[in-house]
Amino acid sequence: MANNNSIKTKLIYTFIAWTISGLIFFPILWTLITSFKTEAEAISASPSLFMFDWTLENYEDVLARSPYFNHFWNSIVISIGSSILGLLIAIPAAWSMAFVQTKRTKNLLMWMLSTKMLPPVGVLIPIYLLFRDFGLLDTKVGLVIVMTLINLPIMVWMLYTYFREIPNEVLEAARMDGASIGEEILYVLLPIALPGIASTLLLNVILAWNEAFWTLILTAANAAPLTAFIASYSSPEGLFYAKLSAASAMAIVPILILGWFSQKQLVRGLSFGAVK
Amino acid sequence: MATTNSRALARLMLVPSVVLLLAWMLVPLCMTLYFSFLDYNLLSPGTEEFIGFMNYEFFLTDPAFFESFFNTLLLVGGVLLITLGGGIGLAILLDQAIWGRNYVRIMVLAPFFVMPTVSALVWKNMLMNPVNGLFAHFANWLGMTPIDFFAQIPLLSIIVIVSWQWLPFAALILLTAIQSLDREQLEAADLDGAGPFSKFYYIVLPHLSRAITAVILIETIFLLSIFAEILVTTSGGPGYASTNITYLIYTQSLLQFDVGGGSAGGIVAVIIANIVAIFLMRLIGKNLED
Amino acid sequence: MGSIHLKQVTKDFGDVSVIKPIDLEIKDGEFIVFVGPSGCGKSTLLRMIAGLEDTTSGTIEIDGQDATTTPPAKRGLAMVFQSYALYPHMSVRNNIAFPLKRAKINDDIIEEKIASVAKTLNLTDYLDRKPGQLSGGQRQRVAIGRAIVRQPSAFLFDEPLSNLDASLRVNMRLEISELHKSLNTTMVYVTHDQVEAMTMADRIAVFNGGIIEQVGSPLELYNNPANRFVAGFIGSPKINFIDIEPSTIDGTCSLGIRPEHIEISTTGGQWAGKIGVIEHLGSETFLHVHVDGHDTFTVKTSGDCPFKYGDEIYLSPQKNKLLHFDATGKTLPNIA
Ligand SMILES: Nc1ncnc2c1ncn2[C@@H]1O[C@H](COP(=O)(O)OP(=O)(O)OP(=O)(O)O)[C@@H](O)[C@H]1O
Ligand SMILES: [Mg+2]
Repeated sequence: MANNNSIKTKLIYTFIAWTISGLIFFPILWTLITSFKTEAEAISASPSLFMFDWTLENYEDVLARSPYFNHFWNSIVISIGSSILGLLIAIPAAWSMAFVQTKRTKNLLMWMLSTKMLPPVGVLIPIYLLFRDFGLLDTKVGLVIVMTLINLPIMVWMLYTYFREIPNEVLEAARMDGASIGEEILYVLLPIALPGIASTLLLNVILAWNEAFWTLILTAANAAPLTAFIASYSSPEGLFYAKLSAASAMAIVPILILGWFSQKQLVRGLSFGAVK
Repeated sequence: MATTNSRALARLMLVPSVVLLLAWMLVPLCMTLYFSFLDYNLLSPGTEEFIGFMNYEFFLTDPAFFESFFNTLLLVGGVLLITLGGGIGLAILLDQAIWGRNYVRIMVLAPFFVMPTVSALVWKNMLMNPVNGLFAHFANWLGMTPIDFFAQIPLLSIIVIVSWQWLPFAALILLTAIQSLDREQLEAADLDGAGPFSKFYYIVLPHLSRAITAVILIETIFLLSIFAEILVTTSGGPGYASTNITYLIYTQSLLQFDVGGGSAGGIVAVIIANIVAIFLMRLIGKNLED
Repeated sequence: MGSIHLKQVTKDFGDVSVIKPIDLEIKDGEFIVFVGPSGCGKSTLLRMIAGLEDTTSGTIEIDGQDATTTPPAKRGLAMVFQSYALYPHMSVRNNIAFPLKRAKINDDIIEEKIASVAKTLNLTDYLDRKPGQLSGGQRQRVAIGRAIVRQPSAFLFDEPLSNLDASLRVNMRLEISELHKSLNTTMVYVTHDQVEAMTMADRIAVFNGGIIEQVGSPLELYNNPANRFVAGFIGSPKINFIDIEPSTIDGTCSLGIRPEHIEISTTGGQWAGKIGVIEHLGSETFLHVHVDGHDTFTVKTSGDCPFKYGDEIYLSPQKNKLLHFDATGKTLPNIA
């Protein structure tokens, strides 16, 4: 009987959970569905969930407007470029904080964290002016620099927490075995920390892909990644729901997929290790 | 632990990160501070002059500042309330034995990965549009007058959108924390005859307190700087009804070209964020010790 | 070649002085064991020899060359860690090959050497496994294999067996001794374990609070400890100490007598006592005897001991085996 009862509770919980998560997911689902509708169906007063003529014309339309690929490419370059550049800078720093600890290590980490808490508007004007003067406005290079810098503290922190889990003795063993510091990092530390490095990379690609302050302020037609491009739909164009949906779908689906892979790392990375 | 050799190398390897972050933080911040004491408008370059605290005076006595300050508070507070309440509920729900838990988790998590401009646009047009939005259709179907969300309740609408984006984050962190709860504690409580409510109140909630603090502080940092959602939906309007401090400074500096005023605002924003940051750093710093 | 010569070596961590000036000469081919209580600096000194820690002052000579500031990779020493410190992402084969590859040795020779090391250590069947798929003893063997494959001038072991269970520990102990005999290479071995120290060492160095109390062969330390600390540290079960009124003749403040040097009698003797716990080990028996006015005495006797809990007996020390210590703990000549 008890068994029966527990199945009933499980059923009830399952029902509630699916309902709530369905509601939370609905706006995304709706966007995906609408992207396959015609514009007329998209704004129909009696919208249909599945019973309509599925069409790919919106995707064709959005892609036919050639800039879409540009913006997509910009997003890729900016997010992946800044993540890789960030890794190159963050790995040595994290190595040194994790394996050559000094009294200052903790303060240094906290200070890095504090830069992340600087509200962007606090430096908005100087950055804008500096970018203007150095000709970096609306360039991918400019955005890669900014993204690298704003995500650097998170990268250092995440790598640091991963590196800390690697026993020092393994690295010392490498040193005893005749490895130089470079070889020690290349052949021992990096391979062992590879999963952690991969998730750091992943999380930062996601964060950079979705960043929507500096991308909106520092770019125009040329270097705008998808965040900024999609924002242009807030003008009357946005009334073409089906096309808006198609453009949105293409912007979010890649990162949704990446995101699902990085759930666990997300917690660790975004809470700076406060929750593991 | 280490030898002179590796210590010197370690210092060298820290240099790029430290120098870059120092430059990124200090140079612009000093410039902002400097500009904030100038009468400096991008439209009339070359006429900058030192005006002391005037910019601060203007910024802090501007009714728009008060309105956007309170909007900021409401935005942060409202989103925190919704995401924490919802997050705890969801975390507990997802912690139960249910069928298809992985799929449920994926669905709950999804909004966090949607870029802010997309989520703002989707909500604005496809859900909240007073004519063609799904909510309007639904209201019509019920025989009610559709709400014009961004005209009638602009700030609340933005709160809803932002909450939708951040609920997954809160839920995920809290779920992770709940899953680390010692099951034996709960079983012991069962043996002691504790009901579900007292179990939640005396065992689960204290266990979550650290995760809850983390959620509050981290969300606050991000929520203070909400920008894209406002830009895309209401542009801060009507009037200043949905302008937060970040957006106010943006309009002042880049739309009205008032560098001095915007900078003063920026410094104020930095000070506000610092107050939050201090608490956050304490929390995380404590964590570093163990 | 593998002689190691420590001259006035010290180590400070900040303000804390962990190694007080230490002089020690380790001869080529010698098996020397560092023992001492926890935190006395054994690992620190070993790591200084390895080059993993800086030397605050003094010099470390390896094979007559000053190696004080030589980086670990260049010292030609091999180390086996307590945690084995295997490379978890590499197969056993690659773990063993790692030092050879770093030395840029040609692949064919590497293969040959791996094969011969694997044979010596019974690892041939496991060469393609990852360390995670090995038992503790096998991991230990891989760690040793990684150390011997490059024919270092000396081996450094930091409590290599402490993560193994008791029976495995005995086996590995024998294997390491065997290895020492066949390689004839210097070994510096840190341990907590009495038995390991006594059975494996050519010489034992007893550490205490950052200094070496005494260096000598196991029996030397056992029979002629330099002071009360060494007497108390070496020997299991522990030596019995008896505090006495300071002697006016030679200043003896306390005496030490090992458990096997106490005679038992039911009729009479120097101390009257009552038997407490009795530990039967089969081949021998340990009696814990409560003596009025003294601590509990541990007495070793034969396996077929007739006594039981609560029995009243008399104890007398073999006078010529009594150790005399002065007020500072230094051993005095036994004038009896
Ligand atoms: N990196 C360090 N910084 C500061 N103090 C240290 C450091 N490493 C070791 N110590 C201190 O130096 C002393 C000696 O440590 P060491 O590890 O050499 O002891 P040990 O004799 O190996 O002890 P055990 O038998 O427990 O391994 C200890 O008091 C320890 O706290
Ligand atoms: Mg030790």
